[in-house]
Amino acid sequence: MNDARTARAGWLFVAPALTLIGVFFFLPVVASLVLSLTNFDIYAVADPRNAQLVGLRNYRDLVNAPLFWTALRNTFYFVLVGAPLSVVAALGAALLVNAKLTRFKGFFRTAYFAPYVTTIVAIAIVWKYLYHPRYGLLNAVLGTVGIGPIDWLGDARWAMPAIILLAVWRNFGYNMLIFVAGLQRIPAQLYEAAELDGAGWWARFRHITLPQLAPTFLFVGIITAIGYFQLFPEPYVMTQGGPLKSTLSMVLYMYEEGFRWWRLGSAAAIAFVLFAVILVFTLVQVKIQREEP
Amino acid sequence: MTAALKSLPLLLALTACHSASAAGKDTDIEFWAFGREGEVLQTLMPEFEREHPGVHVRVQQIPWTAAHEKLLTAYVGNAMPDLAQLGNTWIPEFVALNALLPLDSLDSSSPDVSESSFFPGIWRTNLVTGRLYGIPWYVDTRLLFYRKDLLAQAGYPQPPITWAQWRDAMRAVKARGGSGRYAIFAPFNEWNVPVILGLQAGSPLLKDDGRYGAFGEPPFRRAFDLYLDWYRSGVAPVLGINDVGNIYQEFERGTYAMWITGPWNIGEFRRRLPREMQDKWGTAPLPGPEGAASGVSMAGGSSVVLFRRSHHHAVAWQLAEYLARPEQQLRFYRLTGDLPARTEAWRDSALAADPAAHAFWEQLQRVVPLPQVPEWELIATRVFDYAEQAVRGGMSTDTALARLDREVDQILARRRWLLSRAGTR
Amino acid sequence: MKAGRGGRGGRRIQEVLLHLALLAGAVATLVPMVWMVSASLMPTGQANSYPPRFFPSHITFEHYAELFTHLSLGRYIFNSTLVAVSATLCSLLFNSMAGYALAKLHFRGRGPVYRILLAGLVVPAQVTMLPLFLLLRAMGLVNTYVGAIVPAMATIFGIFLIRQYALSIPDDLLDAARLDGASEFRVYWSVVLPTMRPVLATLAIFTFLSTWNDFLWPLVVLSNDARYTLPVALANLVGEHAQDTELMMAGSVLTVLPVVVLFMLLQRHYVEGIMAGSAKG
Repeated sequence: MNDARTARAGWLFVAPALTLIGVFFFLPVVASLVLSLTNFDIYAVADPRNAQLVGLRNYRDLVNAPLFWTALRNTFYFVLVGAPLSVVAALGAALLVNAKLTRFKGFFRTAYFAPYVTTIVAIAIVWKYLYHPRYGLLNAVLGTVGIGPIDWLGDARWAMPAIILLAVWRNFGYNMLIFVAGLQRIPAQLYEAAELDGAGWWARFRHITLPQLAPTFLFVGIITAIGYFQLFPEPYVMTQGGPLKSTLSMVLYMYEEGFRWWRLGSAAAIAFVLFAVILVFTLVQVKIQREEP
Repeated sequence: MTAALKSLPLLLALTACHSASAAGKDTDIEFWAFGREGEVLQTLMPEFEREHPGVHVRVQQIPWTAAHEKLLTAYVGNAMPDLAQLGNTWIPEFVALNALLPLDSLDSSSPDVSESSFFPGIWRTNLVTGRLYGIPWYVDTRLLFYRKDLLAQAGYPQPPITWAQWRDAMRAVKARGGSGRYAIFAPFNEWNVPVILGLQAGSPLLKDDGRYGAFGEPPFRRAFDLYLDWYRSGVAPVLGINDVGNIYQEFERGTYAMWITGPWNIGEFRRRLPREMQDKWGTAPLPGPEGAASGVSMAGGSSVVLFRRSHHHAVAWQLAEYLARPEQQLRFYRLTGDLPARTEAWRDSALAADPAAHAFWEQLQRVVPLPQVPEWELIATRVFDYAEQAVRGGMSTDTALARLDREVDQILARRRWLLSRAGTR
Repeated sequence: MKAGRGGRGGRRIQEVLLHLALLAGAVATLVPMVWMVSASLMPTGQANSYPPRFFPSHITFEHYAELFTHLSLGRYIFNSTLVAVSATLCSLLFNSMAGYALAKLHFRGRGPVYRILLAGLVVPAQVTMLPLFLLLRAMGLVNTYVGAIVPAMATIFGIFLIRQYALSIPDDLLDAARLDGASEFRVYWSVVLPTMRPVLATLAIFTFLSTWNDFLWPLVVLSNDARYTLPVALANLVGEHAQDTELMMAGSVLTVLPVVVLFMLLQRHYVEGIMAGSAKG
């Protein structure tokens, strides 16, 4: 049609959003990179002459900082245990909710999804009390089957699993919906044909459902992992990174370096390392899953 | 949906209006206060506002756990209040940031507020390079709160005075109490106790004018070993401050017989413990390595500070003066149990006769200031990180202290650079 | 998929087992939230009793009263609502314009713009927070409502959500409007927007939810408690009142309730949006 007119309109329409994203997203990303190459800290906020370019020194200091490796390790622990758990729970829930025999699908779907819409801070506070060694519901329930009281948030072995449980509870409903969508896209003929061939439930699941869901697995796995790498409100509200720094996540570490101690150069470096980790992890995941037969 | 979009300009306008400050003839000043003090401070304001018509004071209350970071965030974000309560260990930091208004000129023209009116050790914490940056508000030091009856039952009718007596007393209480009961509640995620013990043992904590850590040196090591011994021998439970549920209930139940804590708990104990318990608890100055004189504690407390960027220096100063008046100090004491920094207030009959406060009066004669370096808050955090590692994580004293020193040295690197630069200018 | 092999009898058993499993799952999922409400109605101290109680001995609203009278929760609800609604309106406007343009309007540089935005999707938001804070400080927007909604006003995710949907708008529809003499803006406003109602609803819900629930950014940018949003106020409250379980639960209920209600009412759009969004795989 009138190409010049649509072209101009195109730019005008895109401009506001692009400006906002450019100024308030991309610009800070670049600034963050620059910050990570300086020793900008609270003294520099007071007097900019105190800031110097120090090249990769922040990154080197991170490598030598025990807390950095602790945060990295904790975050990986969270992602590598939590993401698969979330995906499996979501798949299970999706299979149950989507089954032909299921009635009240809407109710169950809503029930499983409800945790996802809750405010994480509010829910973390609720779970903090649920996890109380003496007055919490979880230990009361476990006590009825004879499992001794566990100090969920106070014991360095159990604190991260406790947070993993909360995170899985919170987001498996979201992944469930995606799996449901994926399941519904599987052509019914495939199952009918398999049934005619005499395949049982497990065989149908392994040879039809799982392969058909492969792209969904990839998608869910990636978005869950990316989300989990950014773990912050739960440890901030429930454990402040403890006990023994066992729940110190990368973002919490960055927050403390940046907004508590105002060592901005160091905090920016942490943020970039996190970015790199997420990027590499995603690429690796994509590569592995695409290569599966 | 389209109707909603059409209301957008109106909404944005409303937002802008709401964000704009309400300009008026009245003066609004903002005071940030922390913890319990923050809750109580608002009740002192009506009288001040009556004396200064047209002035309205808004008290913003912030929990102690977030106070330091909120202050720094506000500093960076150019959103500071007019006045704030500031822990006196934070004063050097905010002076280094050029955030505080020096008060010398205001103070010299004010007859009411002078150095002689306050505890010397406490006044000194408000001086940085000879200039005054805060008015002491209340004093804080840590000493022993204890169950007189439990200690007496264990064979110690008088509180212990030396470290040796202390250790024996705690062991005796623990032996009598049995499992599930402890002699002392010492949460491992508070830095005050190991630091105070270090001060008692004669450690400077930082050496070379605050350029390097001195935690690996013998005095601190000795104190640290004593501290760790509490947990290893079982007289203290391995708990953090958040793990205990309701500490007052536990104190009442006899789960703990001792607690090293501060004056605000005088008020809390009186409020939260039942009447029949009120004659069973008491306070005592800290035992020292060699006896009473060496039983020092830290010179803590909060001051009222004014921020440079405030537009209401004169009114803010009047508020600071107001809070320093003996009557206001006493009122505040009655509301919170926080001890007045003004020595004159101590002559008041209520305070002079208060047995729980008497131990604090004694202890305040033997207080030592903490290192006045801006990085102290971060260093203190690392102290208890490593204490936790040693207590719960099984790290050895040597490793913990060596690593602590290494980290502290790294934290102080900036300070060393700035000091050397200042030296060459 | 789960059709049984044992005939009608086996089918019945399967159905029962299936529903038992579903019910057990639903109970486990909802228990924390039910307890949250229950504890908020308990008299003080009852939530900290041993053995733990599930239901209050008698219902009291004293904690809700306390929140509104002494602890200014009403103001925080107002703040959260203002921030969430403003962000949603901005997001709808800016993202829909950009998404539509990327899908349907051909302009030079469209490809590169699309690819740059795609690259931006990979960057976690935390990377931007420190410089963004310093930037807002320079602009005088720290501790303002505008500062709180800035990251949400236009998002790459929102643009792509709209774009995905807009791709399916038939070009003939747009060309017909143009032939009638409509300006591009009119085409957008009168033809495209009504067509995009379902995805706009989804985007609105997404934006409202994520802004209402956002924690890290408001924590950083709002220093004055007059402006706190609910999550920040709640975190502040738990710093002082950790011992008061029932009070904290009431605060949590008030924070969670609006979004759960919103979700219940509008779940169709939200759920469809998520499921459709996953179709691109």
